[in-house]
Amino acid sequence: MSTDVGTRTTTTPAGRIGDSALRPDGTLKVTGEFAYASDLWHDDMVWGVTLRSPHPHARIRGIDITEALTVPGVTAVLTADDVPGENAVGLEHADQPVLASEFVRYEGEPVALVAADHPETARRAAARIRVDYEVLPAVTDPLRAMDEDAPPVHRPGNLVRHLQLRRGDPSVTAPVVVSLDFEVGMQDQAFLGPESGLAVPAEDGGVDLYVATQWLHVDQRQMCLALGMPSEKVRLHLAGVGGAFGGREDLSVHVHACLLALRTGRPVKMSYGREESFFGHVHRHPAWLTYEFGAERDGTLVYARARTVLDGGAYASSTAAVVGNAGTLGLGPYRIPNVAVDAYGVFTNNPPCGAMRGFGCVQAAFAHEALMDELADVVGVDRIAIRQLNGMREGDRNITGQVIDSAAPVAELLQIVSDLPLPAEREDEPDLRSLPGAVGNTTHGEGVVRGIGYAVTYKNVGFSEGFDDYSTARVRLEMTGGEAVATVHTAAAEVGQGLITVEQQICRTELGVERVVVHPKNTAVGSGGSTSASRQTYVTGGAVKAACEAVRAVVLERAALSLGREVAGLRLDGEKIVGGSGEVLAGLADVLGEDAVEETVEYRHRPTHAIDPETGQGDAHVQFAFSAHRAVVDVDVELGLVKVVALDTAQDVGKAINPDAVVGQIHGGSAQGMGLALMEEVVVTDGHVRNPSFTDYLIPTILDMPPMQVKVLEYADPHAPYGVRGVGEPPTISSGPAVAAAVRAACGRALRRVPIRPEHITGT
Amino acid sequence: MRITTTVNGTQHEVDDVWAGESLLYVLRERMGLPGSKNACEQGECGSCTVYLDGEPVCACLVAAGQAIGREVTTVEGLATEGELHPVQQAFVEAGAVQCGFCTPGLLVAAHDLIERVPDPSDLEIREALAGNLCRCTGYEKILDAVRLAASRQAQA
Repeated sequence: MSTDVGTRTTTTPAGRIGDSALRPDGTLKVTGEFAYASDLWHDDMVWGVTLRSPHPHARIRGIDITEALTVPGVTAVLTADDVPGENAVGLEHADQPVLASEFVRYEGEPVALVAADHPETARRAAARIRVDYEVLPAVTDPLRAMDEDAPPVHRPGNLVRHLQLRRGDPSVTAPVVVSLDFEVGMQDQAFLGPESGLAVPAEDGGVDLYVATQWLHVDQRQMCLALGMPSEKVRLHLAGVGGAFGGREDLSVHVHACLLALRTGRPVKMSYGREESFFGHVHRHPAWLTYEFGAERDGTLVYARARTVLDGGAYASSTAAVVGNAGTLGLGPYRIPNVAVDAYGVFTNNPPCGAMRGFGCVQAAFAHEALMDELADVVGVDRIAIRQLNGMREGDRNITGQVIDSAAPVAELLQIVSDLPLPAEREDEPDLRSLPGAVGNTTHGEGVVRGIGYAVTYKNVGFSEGFDDYSTARVRLEMTGGEAVATVHTAAAEVGQGLITVEQQICRTELGVERVVVHPKNTAVGSGGSTSASRQTYVTGGAVKAACEAVRAVVLERAALSLGREVAGLRLDGEKIVGGSGEVLAGLADVLGEDAVEETVEYRHRPTHAIDPETGQGDAHVQFAFSAHRAVVDVDVELGLVKVVALDTAQDVGKAINPDAVVGQIHGGSAQGMGLALMEEVVVTDGHVRNPSFTDYLIPTILDMPPMQVKVLEYADPHAPYGVRGVGEPPTISSGPAVAAAVRAACGRALRRVPIRPEHITGT
Repeated sequence: MRITTTVNGTQHEVDDVWAGESLLYVLRERMGLPGSKNACEQGECGSCTVYLDGEPVCACLVAAGQAIGREVTTVEGLATEGELHPVQQAFVEAGAVQCGFCTPGLLVAAHDLIERVPDPSDLEIREALAGNLCRCTGYEKILDAVRLAASRQAQA
């Protein structure tokens, strides 16, 4: 067992794929011993803090650090001049300074760093740094930012990406036409573990960073450029991660902590408070969507047109890829012969936006699902039936012309959720806690109307549009103390979702051993790719499976040689070499002896392809995952308060490697979608964030969440390891639109913006 | 400032505490007890919930000086002699732990609920845990865990 400072793991009782094996870190997490990034501590360490811009847009005329340096206890004060390498980082484009030099482009942009012996000393010293700002007009309206005469946030202009998609005859007409404008507010990932890291300077002049992140190697690449160091000297180790949801794809403390550590020669801990966290990571893009459906009189879709604008904020982050999803997947899991989509991502001086669970599909789903309900009502077809009528089926082509070459159970998922038992009718004298407004005692049932809503979605799994999306796994098999032990080493980030459990289950299944040690995650092994896009069980799972197969092949070859048999008939099970009819031929210990067999494998899913720049056509995605939700709400239509009574869902997961963990993902994802529908919004006015706290940015509590019935389908994807299909994101996409539809049904208003606020429901 | 406090049955004495430090900071950074979590440090998320003289409180909202001479129990103090408390065991078994950052505070809050209300209804569980935010689970398996712990406690 390893006891690295960042992550500690132990082994669990038996559990192979398909079992609900328990998390190997579960006991450490309930005893308080699990080391999250913000828990790290080192002898002689100092604390780092960040000074951030108070302005959404300003020119920096000068920075005076003299006073800050005089504060007793301060060990370093750094500005852009102290960045030794490129002063530019970014996930897809290196367009964001490590520390602002000439301009600040959003409120909260890092400007200077302080290290001191106490976090409060560092904060007070930071407050004594004098930054001379020339405040500039801020571009804060993304629709106006697209105008040709709008001031550019970056040269040459404010367009991050325009995705143009044309299919069939975009100018075709139809007997029934419905359209809408929809607006989606800015959502925050609100992971609970704040951005944190511990940078430890090393004797070789390099640095070791223990950090909470989603992708160690993409961090390392950016850090090497900024620090001006080769990758051998910038070593990353995954510390315990308190949730991620996309918000840890971009760098936070990484370069800053290392700069301070290298300057002071001492370990440096940085850990954001909640307010700083709201400025310390990207958010979900707010969106403005204009959609139109043309249909036959029976509701069959003839065409769809969509124009989507996503506010990317001040730096590119993953905006281009989010636009990719909002465009290529933006009309939902429907068969539509004629399509015209234009999706735009733009720069503004608002907070940078990037990855969040659902990644461009979340915003689009609110629009296409609201419009589908409207079409159903106009043509007089049931809202479930119209989705089943138009829903994708296996073998169909989607709007980029890509064939859906595994299960696409849209109709079945809708049927399942509509057949699930409904919650009981409200009692005559209900418990206050079950009503909208709850113990606020705002109603005893008067003015409360029940509504039901449905939504369905599909989401790409893995990275798309030609990205070289791979994972690396190293698996080692040896005898230790008379017992066979497999060690699995990947750099793929465990962020709470349970990847480490899945890695163990795959090793047990493939190698027939019980004991599997999960090596701490670090950059000493090749990239595990990003813990995002619902991809890790598929891609890193695939890598672990392949590495196990390689180890097994070596072991069986050795066994065949010593037994004088053909390899073909041999299996490895229960620490035994087993022949074709199940007879035990040798013990694993006899074959391995003192040796360890270790293999490292890179695994790639089928290649994806760039889309055509004119038509948006192409096989952009590797896999699609489908889910449907039914929401039941009680709405106090006089006060605009909502109580979600039930939120039920069905999802195809291909193969549930760990059924309990799959359901856990679906529960949590559904909650985040519901949050966006009803309460979650980073409120930004004139480039300033108005609610950077859990007092003012609300996420669902246990009182807000209803009971959830979850039905899981397992239609294996023949192209994926074990048939798995990504799980994490679809529930976040279809739950919100179902909730919004249910509120609409209850109050009878169009509700073309989320989160839905009380005044939208009451119309006051 | 010197802080002398009994934590999980052991007396701790730390010196040079700045008067602005919270009980949470002193537990995490000065006493080597980082189990109580720092998700918001403004009394909204419940991740730092500890017992202070038997009452659950947000340790981030208690000044360290207020804890002088008092008894604190943290998540690190729930297990006894290497045996997980039934609430801890139930969280592991029910899948109530994902990232686990909310878990320490939820465990203390659930522990307190079951001590006060041995057989809580779902509404009572929801009300008791309403001050503890979780971002991963949607709370369903947390409810399962508390129900399981309560039923085992009742049988014990």
